[in-house]
Amino acid sequence: MSSSLDVEKDTAAMNDPVDVLIIGAGASGAAVAWSLAETKMRIVCLEQGDWTKPSDFPSTGRDWEARAMEDYAISPNRRGLPADYPVNDDASPIKIANYNGVGGGTVFYAAHFPRLHPSDFRVRSLDGVADDWPVDYHTLEPFYELNDRMMGVSSLAGDPAYPEKKAMMPPIPMGRTGKTFGTAMNHLGWHWWPSDAAILTEDYDGRAACINLGQCGSGCAQGAKGATDVTYWQEALRSRVELRTQCRVSRIETNEAGMATGVFYFDADNKEVFQPAEIVIMACNGIGTPRILLNSASERFPNGLANSSGLVGRNLMLHPYAQMRGHFDEKMDGYRGAPICTWSMEFYETDLSREFLRGYSYQFSRGIGPVRTAITGMDDGLVPWGEGHHAAFRRLFDHSAGMVSICEDLPEEINRVTLDPQRCDSNGIPAAKIDYRLSDNTRRMLDHSVSRGIEILKAAGAHTITTKAPLPYAGWHLMGTARMGTDPRRSVVNEWGRSHDVKNLFIVDGSIFVTSGGVNPTSTIQALALYIADQIKSRIYELFD
Amino acid sequence: MTKSKDRTSDELSHSERKTLRCVVGHMIPLSLEFGVPGADDPDIFADILRSIDRDRDAIGEALRMIDTLAHGRLIDLPRTEQARCLLDFRNEHKTLAGVLEAAAARCYYRDDRVMASINMEARPPFPKGYLVEQGDWSLLDPVRARGRIFRDAN
Repeated sequence: MSSSLDVEKDTAAMNDPVDVLIIGAGASGAAVAWSLAETKMRIVCLEQGDWTKPSDFPSTGRDWEARAMEDYAISPNRRGLPADYPVNDDASPIKIANYNGVGGGTVFYAAHFPRLHPSDFRVRSLDGVADDWPVDYHTLEPFYELNDRMMGVSSLAGDPAYPEKKAMMPPIPMGRTGKTFGTAMNHLGWHWWPSDAAILTEDYDGRAACINLGQCGSGCAQGAKGATDVTYWQEALRSRVELRTQCRVSRIETNEAGMATGVFYFDADNKEVFQPAEIVIMACNGIGTPRILLNSASERFPNGLANSSGLVGRNLMLHPYAQMRGHFDEKMDGYRGAPICTWSMEFYETDLSREFLRGYSYQFSRGIGPVRTAITGMDDGLVPWGEGHHAAFRRLFDHSAGMVSICEDLPEEINRVTLDPQRCDSNGIPAAKIDYRLSDNTRRMLDHSVSRGIEILKAAGAHTITTKAPLPYAGWHLMGTARMGTDPRRSVVNEWGRSHDVKNLFIVDGSIFVTSGGVNPTSTIQALALYIADQIKSRIYELFD
Repeated sequence: MTKSKDRTSDELSHSERKTLRCVVGHMIPLSLEFGVPGADDPDIFADILRSIDRDRDAIGEALRMIDTLAHGRLIDLPRTEQARCLLDFRNEHKTLAGVLEAAAARCYYRDDRVMASINMEARPPFPKGYLVEQGDWSLLDPVRARGRIFRDAN
């Protein structure tokens, strides 16, 4: 059957076929590329962005805070760089954050590196909500460990909120912030622990230890933060994986048998190219992946590729955050050091007396630089315009600390990613559109976390406390839009990441999360990617059965 | 990284620049007490003008709002009237006021004179970095003593 796509394929440039094509060079794409490299298959990864240069990162310049709000802003709409595609998040109280380039979101993340908890994989069985995952903590545990070694994780063994985990190197410094909040948590009798962090506290694997630049969120010039451009990709490239940058995939092509045959992409010269492949692996995050799948609609797959369940783009989970900050009479850590130092899992597991299901974690965070002190101070009404500005600023600067709660976001089909009917990126590919709202359960959870957060801040001796819930510019965690499961009617990929509908199409990013947990997802995204790569290798002779 | 090609590079008009300078001077004024310039200092204001590319449209809208509230031009009002007008603006247009605050703060709080006055070294974080207290993890003894808190999922 000839289609319009077949005609376009004739007009697009055609590359030599490859065995494995990976779309996206971020957290999961790097991990799966590295793991599959040992097969000696011909592997190509297409990345719409480029390599970053550590010497360009904001912390290398005097204007470090300003640049983190410009070319290094977390919002793709604010950055608007050639690598970015627009995301219409007008219909969401939480705005989307990402980074498009080699390393993906790991270039900008805080490297706070918690794992999901065992209960997170069994929410239906334990709490009667959402669905259980088709994998469990025990299955992923060896891949969490492998990923920790690859990324370089600092931690302290013995956290009673988790099954036993090994520590590779000492935790990041406690600082005045960690000590102040740790003392307060002890007073309240609540759990706290130094964060697992993908930040080196010792020289490791050719990378230098952290020197407390405090700018993890806009790229680590020291290279101490475990971003995949300095971890997995260095090894994958040495193993002959090919990484092509400035190549933006528009859609995946299929044949009469319903198998993926390759992808169309635009290269750096805006030339459309077809890349044939035996296996296609998507690693484009919880928005980029459904965007491409929906844009791959064809006569064979009129509702989008791999979408017989109708769930591609649905069940978007973003982790609503609440932020609570206070000010202290004594000087705190300020802008120095990894922004997040400790965590608490006190309110993580379901307790029905709290009137919400599931729970949240806290990240305790150090202070902020002078620019953000002034901006947030004026926004919060703590720093006036006019004569009183300078004295008020000096009362806040270097004297603040606080926390955010990360609330488990239960999946709801109405929270979704679709294609924007108006906006396009620079290649004419439709933008992603987000429709997202907070559930009543989430609102109760946010309220609870704000109340307990204020209690903690008061116990720590803070005054002039401010709160924000939900935190608007905090849509870093993009999950659930191509969920995994054993039932093709209720999931997009199976229990080892293969599309139910297209048997040589795999998804390895946060899209496949069944539930979100209440912690940052990167370590789980990467553990899943390594697990799926392992499944591909072990099933290689029956992969498409 | 290079900036997006399609972003506007239009500069503010002469009139808009005068209004903006007046606004940021009210926002962060010169202080003899703390020995710091105002945000309308020539060097700092020039830095602001160079740095508002992404906010050009929002700043233009804010300045038009302010002049509308001033029933003419803000700069033509007496200083006390200017302050009253800007208070009205902040109360009625919080988001736009936030854009102006961010534009001013981004440049003001990187000026060497201001850095010195808040005891910050005039240097980037890299390559020297900073010291952070290591702390004593025996502070965790009560947490250890309480024991396991995660649920068994088997």
